[in-house]
Amino acid sequence: MTIPDTMSEIANAVRSGVCAAEQIATDALSRIHRAQPAMNAFISTHDDEALADARRIDKARDQGERLGPLCGVPVAVKDNICTKVGVTTCGSRMLSGFESLYDAFAVQRLRQAGAVIVGKTNLDEFGMGSSCEHSASGPTRNPWDTQRVPGGSSGGSAAAVAARLVPGALGSDTGGSVRQPASFCGVVGLKPSYGRVSRSGLVAYGSSLEQVGPLTTTVADSALMLSVIAGHDTNDSTCADRVVPDDLGALHGQLAGVRIGVCEAHFAEGLDAGVAQVVRAALDTLAASGAMLVPVSLPHMKYATACYYLIATAEASGNLARFDGVRYGRRSEDAKDIGDLYSRSRGEFLGLEVQRRLMLGTYALSSGYYDAYYAKALKVRTLVKRDFDAAFAEVDVIASPVAPTTAFARGEKIDNPLSMYLGDVYTIAANLAGLCAVSIPAGFDDAGLPVGLQLQAAPFQESALLNVAHGFQLITDFHRKQPPKVEAV
Amino acid sequence: MAGEFDDNLVRHVAHLARLKLSDEVIHSFASHLSRVVDYVNLLNEVDTEGVPETAHPLAAVGVMRDDTVGPSVDHDEALRNAPDRGDGFFRVPKVLDQGDA
Repeated sequence: MTIPDTMSEIANAVRSGVCAAEQIATDALSRIHRAQPAMNAFISTHDDEALADARRIDKARDQGERLGPLCGVPVAVKDNICTKVGVTTCGSRMLSGFESLYDAFAVQRLRQAGAVIVGKTNLDEFGMGSSCEHSASGPTRNPWDTQRVPGGSSGGSAAAVAARLVPGALGSDTGGSVRQPASFCGVVGLKPSYGRVSRSGLVAYGSSLEQVGPLTTTVADSALMLSVIAGHDTNDSTCADRVVPDDLGALHGQLAGVRIGVCEAHFAEGLDAGVAQVVRAALDTLAASGAMLVPVSLPHMKYATACYYLIATAEASGNLARFDGVRYGRRSEDAKDIGDLYSRSRGEFLGLEVQRRLMLGTYALSSGYYDAYYAKALKVRTLVKRDFDAAFAEVDVIASPVAPTTAFARGEKIDNPLSMYLGDVYTIAANLAGLCAVSIPAGFDDAGLPVGLQLQAAPFQESALLNVAHGFQLITDFHRKQPPKVEAV
Repeated sequence: MAGEFDDNLVRHVAHLARLKLSDEVIHSFASHLSRVVDYVNLLNEVDTEGVPETAHPLAAVGVMRDDTVGPSVDHDEALRNAPDRGDGFFRVPKVLDQGDA
């Protein structure tokens, strides 16, 4: 029996009895394990628990019980999102073997909806990276070309969905970490508006910037996942107490009359010609279906990356202070006293890129430098946000590339962190301003590598955003293309 | 502000961050941090006179709940990941009469 491709189709098949959840889970786990040596998308799998969950769903169906919107759907969870089952390592030696005491809010919501969590995916350590090369569990390989990176930090989730190991996965996006890997892997990656999804259970990196977001093969599935995980949570005081629209999962995809903002500065030097070509063709496709392309100006965009790397690292220096070897995580064996315990544990078990960012953030907040760096960045952030407020008075969504390049080769940027940071240029502003933003497959370059189109909308305008994205998927089929099977090395 | 990160500044910041780093790493961080600080100095081009800070994209301030007692984490559960424990506590090396901690 053929298992359907999308999350909504799988849920329908399970609900109607056409497919058994246990068969679907067994099949997903089998594919995951076959692909694992070559791709390394997963840090851990929850085989026994997933099969038990699936059997429970089949039994509930047989007994005529009401099943949730994601019943029987296998889902993977990025390993910086807490699960009670198994471990949550954040891709770090510091948290090797760490067992979370609770499920993240988004995980609880998925489970309540009947989803079957099959395992935890690889990531750049603590979410800090754009290539999935900075992980204690080794790099993940892009299924489109295994010599290339899947992007990061949610590289494992993006690769797993691209390779059709699971139809959906959770990632987290602090500066582009859902959208950029989605672009590199040819899948849909959504960063919800800040405060749309609870951050409870997401191990914090940049608290004022990040959101948990879905990676899927279709925009319709993305909307479905968002409708399940979005909403108010009293355990996250930064979560918006705002009603989630009922029609979030019901997309019409109408493009006629939609005003799409395009910023010419986005197409300046530094953007790969192949990427520019695909993105411009996508804009033409949208225009041909009745959307209006409207020039917009975002004058402070060129400062967004500098702004982000001060704010995110400053917040990280506070958020990662808890990893001190005292209550959880690895502890150095050589400590002579308590101060030594902190410094040695953090020195030994946090990775180099994490340490680099903690150093930058600590410096930016330190006495004598706070005003020049952190406070200055917060003011520039206001100007970045104001640019978007002005633009969204004229347009419904803003379209742009997701990244300046397609997936680069493994090892290519690892010795040049600054060059890695500069790759975040298109995605980062949405995190500073709290916008919602999505990357959707828009085509392929001459080397056959996926290119994403980014759409951004004002905070809490996910319906408008996803309707345009869905509209694009109704008239194109890039999102249906799959990489060749990744199996034996 | 100079983007001059020398090894001594790195050592100072590493101490603030409670990171014990080898001399080799300290030296490589000096060069990396110099380059990044040089880059972020770009923000000096922006006129931010009179511009308020945005620490947070949502305006919400002082989100509270009623001060009522409810179930919390079980004591033993809270110790589950402890690297060292004793008598129901997290156990660490002595805190008192040490140098600067």
